[in-house]
Amino acid sequence: MNISPSKIISLLFFIFSGFYLYYAHQIQVFTFDENAAFNAKTFPIYLGYAGLVFSALYVILPETKPSNVDLKVLDYKKTILLIILMILYGITILRAGYFLSTSIFLVLSYLVLGERKWRWIFTLSFPFVALFMYLLHGLLNIYLRDPFLQYLGIMG
Amino acid sequence: MIEGILIGLETAFSLKNLMMVMIGCFSGTIIGMLPGLGPMTAIALMIPITYGFEPSTGLILMAGVYYGAVFGGSTSSILINAPGIPGTVATSFDGYPMAQQGKAGKALAIAAYSSFAGGTIAAIFLLIAAPSLSKISLAFRSPDYFGLMILGLTAVSAFSAKGHFLKAMMMVVLGLMLASVGQDTLSDIPRFTFQNMNLSDGISFVLVVMATFAMSEALTIIFKANDPARVTKQISLSELGSIKLDKIETKKMVTTIPRSSVLGFIIGVLPGAGSTIASFLAYGMERNFVNDEEKQKFGKGSVNGLAAPETANNAACSGSFVPLLTLGIPGSGTTAVMLGALLGFGIQPGPRLYQTNPEIFWSVIMSMYIGMVILLILNLPLIPYIARVLATPRTFLIPLILFFSVTGIYLMSFNNFDIYLMIGIAVTATILRLYDFPMPPLILAFVLGGLMEENLRRSLLISDGSWTFLWDRPLTFIIMLTIITIVGWQVYKSFFQKKL
Repeated sequence: MNISPSKIISLLFFIFSGFYLYYAHQIQVFTFDENAAFNAKTFPIYLGYAGLVFSALYVILPETKPSNVDLKVLDYKKTILLIILMILYGITILRAGYFLSTSIFLVLSYLVLGERKWRWIFTLSFPFVALFMYLLHGLLNIYLRDPFLQYLGIMG
Repeated sequence: MIEGILIGLETAFSLKNLMMVMIGCFSGTIIGMLPGLGPMTAIALMIPITYGFEPSTGLILMAGVYYGAVFGGSTSSILINAPGIPGTVATSFDGYPMAQQGKAGKALAIAAYSSFAGGTIAAIFLLIAAPSLSKISLAFRSPDYFGLMILGLTAVSAFSAKGHFLKAMMMVVLGLMLASVGQDTLSDIPRFTFQNMNLSDGISFVLVVMATFAMSEALTIIFKANDPARVTKQISLSELGSIKLDKIETKKMVTTIPRSSVLGFIIGVLPGAGSTIASFLAYGMERNFVNDEEKQKFGKGSVNGLAAPETANNAACSGSFVPLLTLGIPGSGTTAVMLGALLGFGIQPGPRLYQTNPEIFWSVIMSMYIGMVILLILNLPLIPYIARVLATPRTFLIPLILFFSVTGIYLMSFNNFDIYLMIGIAVTATILRLYDFPMPPLILAFVLGGLMEENLRRSLLISDGSWTFLWDRPLTFIIMLTIITIVGWQVYKSFFQKKL
């Protein structure tokens, strides 16, 4: 039996809606609100049922317009590498500071995507981020935590 | 009223305030163009700056930023399919395909003319009818709002899903589910937070919109980089095309603009409806007005399909000022930020604003029109330069989009959790988009989730838990009939396609 990816996604959404509905029932409401016409869990319960109904309909009914995706032409390597870089960016942004982590993220992303023009890679990373930071921190007075620049004495 | 208009003109035409409109329009356009950054962020950034100004000057600056950001959002929708705000999502349906066909310049010109015309017509409506129009929105009750929101969501699902109605409805439910995360607005009871403090305030709109549009679009471009069908669609500067419109295109716009302006303005007046519903409804309405040949072009670069939402979202921006200025109720998220700024100035908007601060009321209305003129003068000549964003190599553009997205979220929360959540939503959205699960219904549902729950709560409490409120009032009944018609039409279409 061949199940289309869209039906698999709908099936996953059906399971997700089931979990959502279960947790909607677990929401603790005030005792005096328990039998009210509407309380904190009413709307989520309706949503859980709606999710179950729509996903079940998609799984059960025949597909009138199936999505054709050629999985062989997709660039998994670059996409996964970019996602990993974003996660690393998220991990380092508070520890290494905004300037260093953002600049390194940009340099590595350009390289991952195949860029080799070093002059542009440099211009659109460290000086670009410095300018952007000046705009935010210096002109607009938006606080940016940066332990690295504080250590160097550039930021107060 | 004449006296008020003169006061407004005098205030708006002072050198300082003219400068503020120009600065607001320009900075709003630039900020609005950045994927994920919309008018709400732009106005929020302006609040600390405006505290040193007189209230009217501060409000004029923010109004300029608002209009500029809406136009800027349209630009990024057309050029890179990354709407800065939900109000410009419908613009991308036909604007982006047009850019892919090498008509980016033309698409931007249509957007500029439509925005100007829609904004102008709505500003005139606002000027003449502001006091009495508030009565229309007063006639709407909670059941009507609830029905109107379902209508908006159903219409979006029907028109943006391109034959995948059930997939769109699943996205609507997912959007509403995401909106339900966090403390319940009335009782403060935590829902779906799993004892995580980062989720107690709910998921930020900016996070969801940047993840599902900007970030997901960037990942999709890389993911499908080797797809031959995708490669041929890559936009090059040589394919930019002229910004001049021919007679047929102008004729199409002339018929579209008036009806979309009226619809946009009326929807904008309704608190909570705003430019998003206006643009989607205008898109849907226009699709029903045009002939079958033009209907086939919708979603593939139709002039009507681009002009309608662009006109409506600008008209709705003007309309959303009506409840803010006359009732003190914000008509959209952006005007809610402006309400906060007004309260900061010590001004309470409402019916008494006419008497207590007439210069504020009228100068804002006057500045809106001046802002429209400035936007057209500023943006039309700049279109070829704005469109040069197209020439930016993908190797630089994609990391920069990701950088702006992460920065936008980091500046709002200063924690890693939101960044991880955004990456998670972006990856999920990329997979969903791959299999034609549309994102616009998810975004609209996410924006409307809180309001929808609030109106359902009121309706059910008033009717003592009975669902008869859906047909008790004639207005609600008509809205529900429209919803049933749309759903019925979708079912019929699926059945008809199956037969073929």
